[in-house]
Amino acid sequence: MDMVLAIVVGGLYAAGLYMMMRRSIVKLIIGLGLLSHASNLLIFTLGRLMRGRPPLIAPGAEALAEPYADPLPQALILTAIVIGFGVQAFAVVLIKRVYQIVGTDDLDQMKSTDEL
Amino acid sequence: MSLILALVLTFVLAAMAPRLHGLLREASGWVLALWPLAWTIYLGGLTGRITQGDPLYIRYPWMPQLGVSLSFYVDGLGLLFGLLISGIGALVLIYSGGYLKKHRHLGRFYLFILSFMGSMLGLVLTGNLIALFVFWELTSLSSYFLIGFEHEREEARQAALQALLVTGIGGLALLAGLLLLGEAGGTLELTVLLERGEALRASPYYLPALILILVGAFTKSAQVPFHFWLPNAMEAPTPVSAYLHSATMVKAGVYLLARLSPALGGTAAWQIGVTGGGLATMVLGAIMALGPSDLKRILAYSTVSTLGALTFLLGLGTPLAVKAAMTLLLAHALYKGALFLVAGAVDHETGTRDVWKLGGLGPSMPITATAAGMAALSMAGLPPSLGFISKELLYEAQLHALHLPALLAGAGVLASALLVAVAGVVGLRPFFGHPVHRTGHLHDPPPSLWLGPLLLGGAGIALAIAPDMAASPLTTAAVSAVLGKPTVVELRLWHGLNPSLALSALTVLAGAGLYAAQPFLLDIAARARLKEWAARWGPQRGYERMLQGLNALATTQTRLLQSGFLRFYLMIIILTTIALVGSTIAIREPLSRWMGRIVDARPYELMIVVLMGLATLMAVLTSSRLAAVAALGIVGYGVALLYMLFGAPDLAMTQFAVETLTVILLVLVVYRLPRFTRLSGRPARLRDAALALAAGGMMTALMLMVLSAPLKSRLAPFFAANSLTLAKGRNVVNVILVDFRALDTLGEITVLAVAAIGVYALLKLRME
Repeated sequence: MDMVLAIVVGGLYAAGLYMMMRRSIVKLIIGLGLLSHASNLLIFTLGRLMRGRPPLIAPGAEALAEPYADPLPQALILTAIVIGFGVQAFAVVLIKRVYQIVGTDDLDQMKSTDEL
Repeated sequence: MSLILALVLTFVLAAMAPRLHGLLREASGWVLALWPLAWTIYLGGLTGRITQGDPLYIRYPWMPQLGVSLSFYVDGLGLLFGLLISGIGALVLIYSGGYLKKHRHLGRFYLFILSFMGSMLGLVLTGNLIALFVFWELTSLSSYFLIGFEHEREEARQAALQALLVTGIGGLALLAGLLLLGEAGGTLELTVLLERGEALRASPYYLPALILILVGAFTKSAQVPFHFWLPNAMEAPTPVSAYLHSATMVKAGVYLLARLSPALGGTAAWQIGVTGGGLATMVLGAIMALGPSDLKRILAYSTVSTLGALTFLLGLGTPLAVKAAMTLLLAHALYKGALFLVAGAVDHETGTRDVWKLGGLGPSMPITATAAGMAALSMAGLPPSLGFISKELLYEAQLHALHLPALLAGAGVLASALLVAVAGVVGLRPFFGHPVHRTGHLHDPPPSLWLGPLLLGGAGIALAIAPDMAASPLTTAAVSAVLGKPTVVELRLWHGLNPSLALSALTVLAGAGLYAAQPFLLDIAARARLKEWAARWGPQRGYERMLQGLNALATTQTRLLQSGFLRFYLMIIILTTIALVGSTIAIREPLSRWMGRIVDARPYELMIVVLMGLATLMAVLTSSRLAAVAALGIVGYGVALLYMLFGAPDLAMTQFAVETLTVILLVLVVYRLPRFTRLSGRPARLRDAALALAAGGMMTALMLMVLSAPLKSRLAPFFAANSLTLAKGRNVVNVILVDFRALDTLGEITVLAVAAIGVYALLKLRME
């Protein structure tokens, strides 16, 4: 399955980067979202896949029993998801604001910082 | 120990000099001169043991892993240079105190010139190649500050930059050359390298190392075609010109050649490069010295000529030639230092340095005139001066050269005759003849301004009259060091009737003729448009073209890379990554290793994957904003399902929640944004798609590469064992987040809070 996911991640990266290279600012946001999914899935897959063995210590046990899914990548991804959401929310609101002020969604029109 | 302490103290004194100047005011130059004087006495005290063949060698580990040590090696060569640097340094400090008395940055000047002195002393006394390079660059840097001392003037700034760039490029070449030398010799210690000459000359690194080191030495010592920076450096205050640009720093290249000649000298490449470069510089410098009317520029060109003669002699490398070189070195430092200081004194009193506007100053400035006369005697190579002895030795060395002695002697006579004329121009013309300059009452400058030139000029005579007092032992020690074997040098004014003396007589006659014919020669040069020709084809022009080219390259490159379009920045980043990472994968990793493994996917997993793929395609291809947002949501839910299936329920839950929120947010905002419009054309879209696919393919390859190797986590077992016992939690992921890596989570919360404040502010912001 990890090989399949490698292809999925590659596809997500390709789609994300393609969208980020568009001139429309909304597409940029969508691309950013795809890219963050790709990155999370990349870490998850590289931490090795383990079906149905979440890192939960069974009641009564003292320690996690083998085999288990690696908890560390999961912890990292959890942080990444939440941060990614923060970034996404901020970017979306920023774009809305920029659109209100500049009056365009074409990134090529947003080259200058000082001419509002 | 005392040596390194003295060196450190020199820099400490330099740092304190501005404050000291604030306290001492008028007397600062005299007081600060005590320190170089102490250096002179200290080094002079070493003369005895060094002439007896017992050099001083001190070594401290600096970076032992790299074979770099802070070592000091004082032999005859270092001693000669050290004495010149400290002795002339003392006089120059006294002189500067008087010359720049009213300058508001005099304190800063002391800082620069004392740090230069420390660097220069370090350069000639160190015994390690790396330390030598560091001191070498320090002298270039302090030279930059000193040339640009009057930084309000455009010319001074440009000259300073030019000197820094030319010597800096040479410094880079030198570093490479020294490292190659160290590689070839197996050590960075000079003392050891000097004994491994045979091995060095046989090494394949020899030729590249030699060329690089020669570039360093030639730029520093203003050899043709790098000589142009030196006359321009005359923008510096006169004491600087006297000290750095005639007596000491420009001789650093000569020092390096002399220092390394036992290790590198004697080969055909050395002979051709060093001898040829030196010979050309000697003749061209002397010719160019007749041109300018500014006293300092004349002196600068004549310095170029002498530096050429020194290089030439070291290239010959015979005992006679080295003897002549060391004597000339001493003589030149004394007379040229004196003449520069005289030029400064004349400028100080009359307000001009134009030789055609000066004349008849002798009666009103007798002390200055005496100093100038003695120095000019030495420069012209007339008895009884050290310059005479060195010129005789030069001729002797040329007449006894192995190849083309007649040609060499001819070149020597030409250069020397020209220098005789130049000596007349700078040493006689301003002081004799009709008084041209008549503004106010002229008189000798204060003692601080005439002491230096008088002592230096006088030394050039005294050392020649009584050579065994100091000149012979010093040159003996220096020549022995350069030749690498004990050699006795006895300097004598009278050598008997020999071919050298005949050449000397010829030189003086020719020089007198040239002096008289100078206006005529200048007229011819002006008619032949020599100046225009030099301006168009000279190395100065090459330097300017190079600078322009550099600027043009920087502009083009910036335009290309910093286009101002986000997508081009992304493209550059993606292309670079593909080029670097992708090519490495393609070269290093056989594709077969990643394939050929069984794909153990379950049907329901594949269904999720297919769904995600379709949603991704839809997000990319759709022209509806809402559809794109929905497709993004589907991808997110797909990812969450994968988390769920592969043992990460926490991730799945978070992803579901966040994805839902994101979709809501996007729908709310996107609703207010314009429709998707196709902004770029079809070729652009195809190009971007190809690039994106390549990047995606590279990521897949990268992952397959990583996955093909087994992973042995050392952290997972730790968390597995300690989660409950140490942190009292059964959900290991949660325990990691809130306990083991709690600070991370704190940071994450902070980021979220900041983002939330940002969102709020953006929403509430009202534009006026």
